[in-house]
Amino acid sequence: MRSLAEGLLLLVILTDFAVLSMSRLSACIRAVAAQGLLLGVLSLVVEGAWSVHGIGLAFGTVTVKAVLLPWFLRWAIREASVRREVEPLVGYMASLLLGAGALVVSFAVAARLPATESPPLLVPVALATLIIGLVVLITRTKAVSQVVGYLMLENGIYVFGLTQSRRVPFLVDAGVLLDVFVGVFVMGIVLFHINREFDSISATQLSELKE
Amino acid sequence: MSLLALVLLPALAATFAYFVNEPATRTGALLGTAGLHLALTAGLWLTPRSPALGGWLAADGLGLIILSLISLLFLVVAGYANGYLRTRSARDRRVFTSGMLAFLAAASLVTLSHHLALLWVGMEATTLSMAPLIYDRHDRRSLEAVWKYLVLSSVGIALALLAVFLLATAQPSAPGARPLVLDDLLAGAPSLDRWWLRASFVFALAGFGTKMGLAPMHTWKPDTYGEAPSLVGALMAGGVTSCAFVGLARFTQVLAAAGLAGFARPLLLAFGLFSLVVAAAFIVGQADVKRLLAYSSVEHMGLLVLGLGLGGWGTYGAVLHVLNNGLVKGWLFLVVGNLVLAAGSSAAADVRGMLRARPVSATLVVAGLFAVTGSPPFGLFLSEFAIVSGAVREHHPLVAGAALLLLAVIFVGIARMILEMVLGERAGPEEPGAEREGAWMVAGPLALAVLVLMLGSYLPAPLRAELARAAVTLGGSAP
Repeated sequence: MRSLAEGLLLLVILTDFAVLSMSRLSACIRAVAAQGLLLGVLSLVVEGAWSVHGIGLAFGTVTVKAVLLPWFLRWAIREASVRREVEPLVGYMASLLLGAGALVVSFAVAARLPATESPPLLVPVALATLIIGLVVLITRTKAVSQVVGYLMLENGIYVFGLTQSRRVPFLVDAGVLLDVFVGVFVMGIVLFHINREFDSISATQLSELKE
Repeated sequence: MSLLALVLLPALAATFAYFVNEPATRTGALLGTAGLHLALTAGLWLTPRSPALGGWLAADGLGLIILSLISLLFLVVAGYANGYLRTRSARDRRVFTSGMLAFLAAASLVTLSHHLALLWVGMEATTLSMAPLIYDRHDRRSLEAVWKYLVLSSVGIALALLAVFLLATAQPSAPGARPLVLDDLLAGAPSLDRWWLRASFVFALAGFGTKMGLAPMHTWKPDTYGEAPSLVGALMAGGVTSCAFVGLARFTQVLAAAGLAGFARPLLLAFGLFSLVVAAAFIVGQADVKRLLAYSSVEHMGLLVLGLGLGGWGTYGAVLHVLNNGLVKGWLFLVVGNLVLAAGSSAAADVRGMLRARPVSATLVVAGLFAVTGSPPFGLFLSEFAIVSGAVREHHPLVAGAALLLLAVIFVGIARMILEMVLGERAGPEEPGAEREGAWMVAGPLALAVLVLMLGSYLPAPLRAELARAAVTLGGSAP
């Protein structure tokens, strides 16, 4: 069980770097969807035993993070006919290096943390995914890629939350998932309007409001 | 049971308001829910309160004070919205009403939650329910505002979620101790893991601080308040920020119980002072009245965490200040909104000679200027006095001095703009003609003004008791 969890966590890191390196928006969305699927399976593996809570959580996670949200984001870029490249402010090579830096920092920090009962890779992978999500959020100009970054940030926190999943009741898990879903849904609607007003979903054009 | 009703009633009303087509029914649902909510809240003050959902929902001093503030503010804003919405299209009205009611449900959940993850769910819901309200004007500028708001708030709220998980990690699994339930956290505070607890507080401060609009995470605030309709500004500056304060206060409460107040306080002080500095810097020379109010909100949020970080009387002042700030923000945003509607612009240079054009609103704005800057005889004078004297008593004379200096600068900045708007002559030929002001648009703010005036000289005994109780749980003391 433990080695399976470690394998899944390594795959989560791979999807992090996939998002950093891919130039096509639809590929980034696919990578985040794959990450959502991995998280769903991971929650089952970490739970250990088959329980209603574990299965419900895994099912909810996969539905929201791997199916509904990616599908919705793809709809948003198709309807908005966004140019396909992600247009980073920082080059792909540089953002990969930032990602590698984030990974090193995460492992260094996690090694100094007090121990938890969860698989040893869980905390560093959570931190790395969180930081890489922030990197994507800050360095990409397309509003859609910012949503992808936000989803990764949220995924990192979710992985950390798995250390506590057995203790947090189902109602809370459901509430958290629902909030993430509605949050991205609202962002998607705003994206759609941004495109209609500005003819492109680039956050750099959103610069009328300043002191 | 009434605790559950406080959350479920507005949630059901929000769903109902979205699907019903008859405008009069919808307005009835909005005003009826607001009135019933206030009545239920008032009932909590009178009868002993039993927790609901197995202790997940409970009304303690802090929660009850802020719930009452939000309930009252919501009733006033709902009345104002009744006048405002007549100018909007049918579809906009439906979304707007529904969003407002959803906010009320979420805010009630935040104030009553004694389960910190549930509190987080409510906080995120208040964020989302505000988004369609901010985008109400449907133009480029409001679109930009709502995007910045969504991205920054979502990151903030995500960090707050991490704080909740970190707190769960800090809590050892022991039989009988329910994870993340406030009362069990407080009871078992000595056994919490110090390291995870500190980490949790840092993220809570960053996360809820973003939602409160503490500098330097305040950047969404001027854009959002500047572009949103002024009644949305009233709900956000008086309601959403107060909810975020509850979130931060709950974490502070746990840290204080665990004996880590010494770790939390310097952080809170630093963010508080920095917010005051940023607010003062941007208030002086500000050209837009709604952005001015946004920076004034940054100032008051700074005062709140300053009070929380001082301990002693400062904490008592902070809890009282949440109440005062919420009421005065509702009052000012609504009457300033009247002036902005009359002038057709929120640029201060376009709003001139309002004493002739809108005498009632203009008078209320001038009174509000003195209230919001903490002049006697208004309530904010008392709470700011408690915070500053708390600083002196807790041996932070420099903090007290810096705060007083910054408050004076802010007073001059706000006074200059407001007085010009009310008394100044307009350069162009066209000045809005004098018009009768709708009763819906001035009655609510007037009621809030009377309350703030009352809080300046008289605190009812039950309120004083709950304030003292809240201050003690947050590691402070009552004067």
